[in-house]
Amino acid sequence: MDIETLKKIEKPETETMILNMGPQHPSTHGVLRVILELDGETVVKATPDIGYLHTGIEKTMESKTYHQVIPLTDRMDYVASLSNNLAYLLAVEKLLDIQAPPKAQFVRVILTELTRIASHLVWIGTHAHDIGAMSVLLYAFREREKLLDIFELVSGQRMMTSYFRIGGLAKDIPDEFDSKVREVLKTFPDKINDYENLLTKNRIWLNRTVGVGTISAKDAIDLGVSGPVLRACGFGWDIRKSNPYSGYDEFAFDIPTGKKGDVYDRYLVRLEEMRQSLGIVKQALDGIPEGDFVERIPGVVLPPKEEVLSNIEALIFQFKLVVEGFCPPKGEVYHSIESPKGELGYYIVSDGTNKPYRVKVRPPCFVNLSALPKMIEGRLLADVVAVIGSIDIVLGEIDR
Amino acid sequence: MKDIILKKLKEKFTKSILEVEEFRDELTIIVRKKDIVPICQFLRDDPELCFNFLSDLCGVDWLERKPRFDLVYNLYSVPKNHRVRLKVRVGDGENVSSVTSVWSAANWHEREVFDMFGIKFEGHPDLRRILMSEDWEGHPLRKDFPLTREEVMFSHNKDRPPRIVK
Repeated sequence: MDIETLKKIEKPETETMILNMGPQHPSTHGVLRVILELDGETVVKATPDIGYLHTGIEKTMESKTYHQVIPLTDRMDYVASLSNNLAYLLAVEKLLDIQAPPKAQFVRVILTELTRIASHLVWIGTHAHDIGAMSVLLYAFREREKLLDIFELVSGQRMMTSYFRIGGLAKDIPDEFDSKVREVLKTFPDKINDYENLLTKNRIWLNRTVGVGTISAKDAIDLGVSGPVLRACGFGWDIRKSNPYSGYDEFAFDIPTGKKGDVYDRYLVRLEEMRQSLGIVKQALDGIPEGDFVERIPGVVLPPKEEVLSNIEALIFQFKLVVEGFCPPKGEVYHSIESPKGELGYYIVSDGTNKPYRVKVRPPCFVNLSALPKMIEGRLLADVVAVIGSIDIVLGEIDR
Repeated sequence: MKDIILKKLKEKFTKSILEVEEFRDELTIIVRKKDIVPICQFLRDDPELCFNFLSDLCGVDWLERKPRFDLVYNLYSVPKNHRVRLKVRVGDGENVSSVTSVWSAANWHEREVFDMFGIKFEGHPDLRRILMSEDWEGHPLRKDFPLTREEVMFSHNKDRPPRIVK
């Protein structure tokens, strides 16, 4: 045996292995590919690769009128479409310097909070399923069905609702709305307790989540992380409190925060958020004011249907608005809301024509996902699945 | 608050500020391209301003104008709760200094701007395309990049490969 071989036996060379996770991996919530460099089972380097769902929504928006953009926003974060609608509309309303009437604002708050619950239900179901708790998925989707029924009741659509319009809502809320929402308010707190019973003290769940994917608040802010992932680090920043929109300052609610910033804390924060959302929905439902559901601004908002059918002026208005749209003043605005995932912002540049010159979406998932390497490098391969689930990503929004 | 931001910036970077705009209660400051990194550093580190959160970074293409592109930095201060927008004008083919050293969040945003507009960032740790595939030609969000679609298939053209309509 020569000296070189002897050296190799005494001190074996280690080499890392490249593992491709995704894009068709079931736990990547869509088509996310993560290129993992592994040393044994430890992740040395993680490189997320995105863009598989890129559909050029921002480019398409530049060739649509302001009204035609609304359905496109639904298709980004497709489990929380009403939040997307709201963020875009608030930006356009800021551009036009108009405000929705109080009734529309209250209904917007109720529906976006229900959307938050629906989005968190999808998250808790799929996240628990990833880690191995199958039954939570079935329970969560059963409850989500009731919320989708409410969306269908008001807009006729279960997921791609496009129910919010510039200046208010697409149509008035139906009479059954109140009783349907109250039914959810009555039954839902027990369901959250059910999820808690299944998971919060479950030893397998604790082993898979406590101390996994930790990130400090300072790092999280530096990386632009927002939403429940940031709040789990103990930093209580919520845009509903810091920059209230749509009348959120009128409702009393708490911002749940975690301590360690690990996967388990994110789980606890989101569970508590669902409870707080129910509280907001209850307050808003009790206080829905009388009045019109849309601010009738001539040249921006469609005239009422009865007038269109009986009055030639209104018909001309409707025709012009549908064909040409409206022209907001030149300028640029940025408006952000607290979507279920974090800060969802719209930056709109208007050049004074009937189509937006540029629309930039600030998707919370895109930025939160960019913090993934920080959370998983140096940890075990099995933790990657738990961490991806805990960030709550929707690839439709990341890739746009 | 806007006055304080402007005053502080004007004291420190008198020559760098080209224009100041205010629209719908939002402050936009257009600054010289070569000073963007020191200005960002100052805005982040000043204890009164404390812009520690890069909300968004994006490009806008003004095809006819010279310099052609706007780079837009939407900044937010989490502890102080105020916003400001910085803007830099970039010509076609010019490079900009990367702000990844100031906020790590800029990493993916700058990759997206590079992918969509073809603006290169100096000092970026990993400047690759992010949304489009690596062999893609052109930069989709430029205004001279056409929206295309495929010809609809009917019985008369079903045997031909679909034509791209520009």
